Amino acid sequence: MSIHCHLPALIAGRAIKRQSIPELALEEFQQAIVEAVEEGWRVVSLFGSPDADGAVHLYVVLADDHGSRLYVGSTKLSNREYPSLTSRCTQVHLFERELAEQCQVKVTGHPWLKPLRFQRPIFPASHAGAVAEAWVNPSPGVMDFYEVAGAEVHEVAVGPVHAGVIEPGHFRFQCHGERIFHLEISLGYQHRGVERALLDGPNNRSIYYAQTLSGDTTIGHTTAYCQVVEALAKCQKTARAQTIRAIALELERLANHVGDLGAMSGDVGFLPTASHCGRLRGEFLNMTAALCGSRFGRGLICPGGVRFDLDATAVHGLLAKLDLCGRQTRQAVELLWNASSVMARFEEIGVVSRDIAAELGLVGPAARASGLARDARHDHPSGLFRFTHIPVSVWDSGDVFARGYLRWLEIQRSLDFIGTQLRSLPAGTISSAVGNLSPDHLAVAMVEGWRGEVCHVALTNLSGRFERYKVTDPSFHNWPGLAMAVRAGEISDFPLCNKSFSLSYCGHDL
Amino acid sequence: MTTFIGISLQAVLLTLLPPLLLGIINKTKAGFVGRRGPPVLQVYYDLLRLVKKNVVISSTTTWVFLAAPLVSVASVVLAGLMVPLGPTAAPIHFKGDLIMFAYLLALGRFFTTLAALDTGSSFEGMGAARELTFACFSEPALFLALLVLVKLSGALSLSAMLLPASHVRIGSTASAALVLIAVSLFVVLLAETSRIPVDDPNTHLELTMIHEVMVLDNSGPLLGAQIYASSVKLLILAAFLLHVVLPLKPALVGRDWGLMLVGLVAVAGIIGAVESLMARLQMRFVPTLLVAACLFSGFGFLLIL
Repeated sequence: MSIHCHLPALIAGRAIKRQSIPELALEEFQQAIVEAVEEGWRVVSLFGSPDADGAVHLYVVLADDHGSRLYVGSTKLSNREYPSLTSRCTQVHLFERELAEQCQVKVTGHPWLKPLRFQRPIFPASHAGAVAEAWVNPSPGVMDFYEVAGAEVHEVAVGPVHAGVIEPGHFRFQCHGERIFHLEISLGYQHRGVERALLDGPNNRSIYYAQTLSGDTTIGHTTAYCQVVEALAKCQKTARAQTIRAIALELERLANHVGDLGAMSGDVGFLPTASHCGRLRGEFLNMTAALCGSRFGRGLICPGGVRFDLDATAVHGLLAKLDLCGRQTRQAVELLWNASSVMARFEEIGVVSRDIAAELGLVGPAARASGLARDARHDHPSGLFRFTHIPVSVWDSGDVFARGYLRWLEIQRSLDFIGTQLRSLPAGTISSAVGNLSPDHLAVAMVEGWRGEVCHVALTNLSGRFERYKVTDPSFHNWPGLAMAVRAGEISDFPLCNKSFSLSYCGHDL
Repeated sequence: MTTFIGISLQAVLLTLLPPLLLGIINKTKAGFVGRRGPPVLQVYYDLLRLVKKNVVISSTTTWVFLAAPLVSVASVVLAGLMVPLGPTAAPIHFKGDLIMFAYLLALGRFFTTLAALDTGSSFEGMGAARELTFACFSEPALFLALLVLVKLSGALSLSAMLLPASHVRIGSTASAALVLIAVSLFVVLLAETSRIPVDDPNTHLELTMIHEVMVLDNSGPLLGAQIYASSVKLLILAAFLLHVVLPLKPALVGRDWGLMLVGLVAVAGIIGAVESLMARLQMRFVPTLLVAACLFSGFGFLLIL
């Protein structure tokens, strides 16, 4: 029997005692990860947390999507040294770079060990002697980029300041004419230190950090944060609160998917869908505003439930608007699929094969467009999704078209879901009391945000405060997918591929 | 007297009308997607604003960078003076001016690409490479079209060969050849003026641009000059195209000037419609489109051999 099968299991949105997490030897710990991934499990989170003596403990959260279970393991690093697993298990690539940066762990044998966010260590080693200056006091974007040599090879550097109103990130292309040999993505410009700020929480500020982890995934991240707090406080939410949360989550998905389809259309210069979807995105955001007064859903969700209730008039108004916008979205989006000039740009561009997607551990629409049926609403349901299911939409071509069409499939499912939930809104109160957090526990929350799986893990100390709070935004898993998608493609198709992934910079940079 | 009026009218149209065509294109595009859109005269306001601004010049550039916008405007206006905008002969016409016309347009392009390389930016280098690559395909299309007109009219001057082109009887072999080169010239027009499906004048994505990316470093009056130059190019290529398709008769001067003006507005409207109804081509298929234009011109030539 393999080691990973003996790890303690929990389901998303629950907490377990830290004593019940086995502390494995480092070799066993790594063996468990490799075997689990070989068996089709995924690395959902991998992070370090120092104890009182300054020794770093590693925690891993593995997901068995088919069994709907999460498994947690830990190990203790002696002397902050860690031999890299990346060459045996690609999924841990960014986690290991993050570990080296956050905890000043000396990761040896990593094929691509470079700063990830150019952040100062959250948990600096007391004996920082062995650590290079670049890791202690890093400057964003300053690192050795991968280079391709040759007479006709040229390098194109894009960003961190971009022409459009988007977030900052640096892209370094190695090209041969119009063809991309290699893309290296260097982020970190949006690093704000959220994980550090959440330490010793929760306090009055914590929820605001969660809301702004990634502005367009406010509902997703806030729900995950609240689920962690509720799991640790053993708080039972009312059915009405869970329904309103689910409605808000799907509204967020609608607004972003519709906006992205419009933006993809704009990138290929197809005006009708770009204009209509741009407007419709605003209509869906306004529906969230009708729920709570904020177009992005800030202030709607709080530990214990939600802060705004829906009365019969509001439900009626939302249903009418949902119906109207749903029909208009159908008209606008079907123009896209019927325009052969658009299909010529979408099909067979930026292909991520199923194998690559699985190896990199992609999540969300990017994974589902490559034929991987993974959706946290289905695999690791929490909140209302334990009782009501949304069919998982999957497409298999892995190209820009697949990522676009998948969004359209999900838009339709979300429209149906919101309509059904609004018509059968359970009665009751919208929030319940939240007590103190259980001391010495670990809790995991998994929420399928519009971009994919949002994972929050919290460790509490003996006084019930956050000893470590780990956030994994879906973008963290998916950025390497973008780099692979554009490989051997044309550089003029990069913006379109980028838009089809539509990843978050601040969600990655934290 | 009529010659004098014709030449004055031509000079006024050539210098003042071009930004209006861009305004009409933008208005059409706005109309297609249910927006009000910027005023038709917006491009004039933009040019006025740009002229009043200061210029920022990168320290890596040389005189070439400064010269490029001026050469662009000068060459394209000079080329415009060789194309009859109405039913009367162009202000400048001589035997063989068609070669000069084509290479004046090339001169403007040459300097713009040189200035793009002068900035040392990798974006602008890519834009310059694309512009020149695609020009290699659009130039033969233009020349084959010119060859058809030369063969039909027996003249070697644009004024002489464009005006009689209107007298071809509908249904004749020659008219079929004209239809073919009209299609070819429309594609050349879209490519040369960086419109969809070849280029997207509205995109902000440097990696996908062709013409826009080459003038990224231009600011103030220099940028204004480049915008103005490309609008003049649009006007003269549109007028060129209209001479091939419109049944102009030198006897009806007033009517024909009106017909040309309506035609120019219509061409702008059609470009706006094309931009509203289709997406851009993938970059690697742009040469395919331009080769198709060459073939259209070529078959036109074969028809009248």
